[in-house]
Amino acid sequence: MQAKFWNLGAIALCAAALAIPASARDLTVVSWGGDYQDAQRDAYFKPFMQTTGVKMAEESWDGGVGTLRAKIQGGSNNWDVVQVESEELLLGCEEGLYEKLDWAKLGGKDKYMPDAVNDCGVGAIVYSFVLAYDGDKIKSDAPKSWADFWNTQKWPGKRALRKGPKTTLEIALMADGVAPKDVYKTLGTDAGVERAFKKLDQLKANLVWWEKGSQPPQLLASGEVAMTDVYNGRIAAANAKEKKNFKIVWTNNLYTIDSWVVMKGTPNKADAEKYLLFVNDPNNQKNLPPKIPYGVTTKAATALIDKNVLPNLATAPENLASALSINDKFWLENLDKLNQRFNAWVAK
Amino acid sequence: MATVAATVAPQPRPPAGLRRALRRSGRREQWRAALLVMPLFFFLLASFIVPIGAMLARAIVDPDVARILPRVSAELRHWDGRELPPDAAYAAMVDDLRAAREAGTLASAGTRLNYDVAGFRSLLVTSGRRVADPTATSPRQALLDADPKWGERETWAAIRRAGGPATDFYLLAAVDLRRDADNAIAAAPANESVFRNVLGRTLWIAGVVTLACLALGYPVALFIARQPPQRAALFLFLVLLPFWTSLLVRTVAWVVLLQREGILNNLLLSLGIVHEPLRMIFNRFAVYVAMVHVLLPFMVLPLYAVMKAISPTYERAAASLGATPFTAFRRVYVPQTLPGIAAGCLMVFIQALGYYITPALVGGADDQMISYFIAFYASRTVNWGMAAALSIMLLTATLALYAVYHRMIGLDKLRMS
Repeated sequence: MQAKFWNLGAIALCAAALAIPASARDLTVVSWGGDYQDAQRDAYFKPFMQTTGVKMAEESWDGGVGTLRAKIQGGSNNWDVVQVESEELLLGCEEGLYEKLDWAKLGGKDKYMPDAVNDCGVGAIVYSFVLAYDGDKIKSDAPKSWADFWNTQKWPGKRALRKGPKTTLEIALMADGVAPKDVYKTLGTDAGVERAFKKLDQLKANLVWWEKGSQPPQLLASGEVAMTDVYNGRIAAANAKEKKNFKIVWTNNLYTIDSWVVMKGTPNKADAEKYLLFVNDPNNQKNLPPKIPYGVTTKAATALIDKNVLPNLATAPENLASALSINDKFWLENLDKLNQRFNAWVAK
Repeated sequence: MATVAATVAPQPRPPAGLRRALRRSGRREQWRAALLVMPLFFFLLASFIVPIGAMLARAIVDPDVARILPRVSAELRHWDGRELPPDAAYAAMVDDLRAAREAGTLASAGTRLNYDVAGFRSLLVTSGRRVADPTATSPRQALLDADPKWGERETWAAIRRAGGPATDFYLLAAVDLRRDADNAIAAAPANESVFRNVLGRTLWIAGVVTLACLALGYPVALFIARQPPQRAALFLFLVLLPFWTSLLVRTVAWVVLLQREGILNNLLLSLGIVHEPLRMIFNRFAVYVAMVHVLLPFMVLPLYAVMKAISPTYERAAASLGATPFTAFRRVYVPQTLPGIAAGCLMVFIQALGYYITPALVGGADDQMISYFIAFYASRTVNWGMAAALSIMLLTATLALYAVYHRMIGLDKLRMS
């Protein structure tokens, strides 16, 4: 009875605490959780609070512009700075969910790699889709390009690609000899789409599709496929944690950028700007890649990053040289159509 | 209750006052019974009927474009569609673009129109930007300057088609049809047609799985039905055992068994039966195996229930009349198990129609069933209209099957365990 009474009391107290309106809310930063947010906490969140004295809270989310839309339109937004994928950046900016950034306060646009600059967002990390294979199974004479990915005579075995037209069609065109700078020009025409699907036809019997980022390393490890496309961070993680010897081919990798945005109408705008300035200081950015192999977005950071880590990053100059920047504008426009086309092609 | 009270009441009829009192108390009983059912009724209504109805309604309601672009939608309603729309429509479009851009809703209208015509999103957004400030030129010229697509009939026809309040766009798309610029129904281009094929595949896979379950389950049920009760209970327990394991675990177990360097391949290789690992996963074979495994109990249980109720005297009588054991089994025993066969097949088939996780995990890209595409549209591309239309297709197929079953066998004969 006594215990029950105390429980009730505790619940009432909690309810009272929850009911107090969060009038002066701490700066709330939202990111992707998991290993990545752990790395961010060490590299950014803790030093930021120590140096600036700003109190901040962190949360995680799974993406989706609908979540942000609901927060803004529902009028109960409790997030200030959010890390978003490039598509959410575009959509949300169009819909006016984010504050427009004052680039002068962020050190000017020239400080950043060009893809990291947007009206509503500043790039946070750069990561790539790369070709990967198991170095213990393919020892000598390793594949070097997407064209080799198609060569099942020389390197027998299945191939895995991410299910869906996005990235798959670009890879097919590059395997067919289209230069990265011409990929979206080609894909913008009916003939180009035709060409990409023709190229995929050649490989269709040998293709396995993955949908979650955790699958490609498993497919490689189980020997189910000989080569796959995969997020570069997953390969580094598998090599580090599971002692695998997976190798990455960086030629014609497809990279994309996640960005920081500031939610529209935030009461913590000044603190949010302080935060963005802090995480975009090259001296702070250089601390993230050693913890997780994602590239950072200021030009000056590249020179400061640990020389052992740099070759694993999408932003290493030699990795960027032949890379293709995934064009979200193109996909926003054409995804419905090409999804339909892709699903029909797969089902054939 | 009232009628019962009336029939047991002694003759002659009771006085009017008593009759009224009886009726009143009877009515009270009925109310009380209704009140007891109410919670369940409201629970079903709130948790089942309303949400499903609301979801399915998304296949036909289409309010977005009419809400965001109200003036042009109204103008286009009385446009004959044979030539480009009149100047009034262009003027209305410019007004709507300005208002929607101001309200930040232009992108939502673009999303809806982009389902129909690729490129509509940026057409709306860029045109909205171009006509944002008042221009000296006429609205028609301003739009044509912004994008030549405003000079095409198909652009305007797409807006009219999406003008709401209801649309057949999603339902037609779910059977690979669409409306062209003249509003006539036409087939979708061959390289974008997918759903008829998927529906056919769904029915085929469900059919094969049902037959395989019957072929495997019938002997098992027969065997158990002929065991002494205690041993039968043990075997039934074994049949039920997989039920207590999560569907996901059972499916993933098949991945472990069947994969290239999995248990089965290693066994076959070490025994020298094969020299190259067999390809047993991410194909139709794996889908059949895993689905049969998961659904088998639903076949065995109704069969067992029916078989248990069949008296052995019939077969003995057949034997005494000179039938061989096989003839007695075929002509006397099997026909009596038909209700069980029908119930088992119906349960397995209808469940198999909606399968999603198992084919997604062990199947290849061309083994995905219709639920996969429902999930694809519901959660991946967030095109709920399409998801709802495909759900309606699945629901219709299921109900049609149920009707056929009722016609042929009768639902009252359905016997479960």
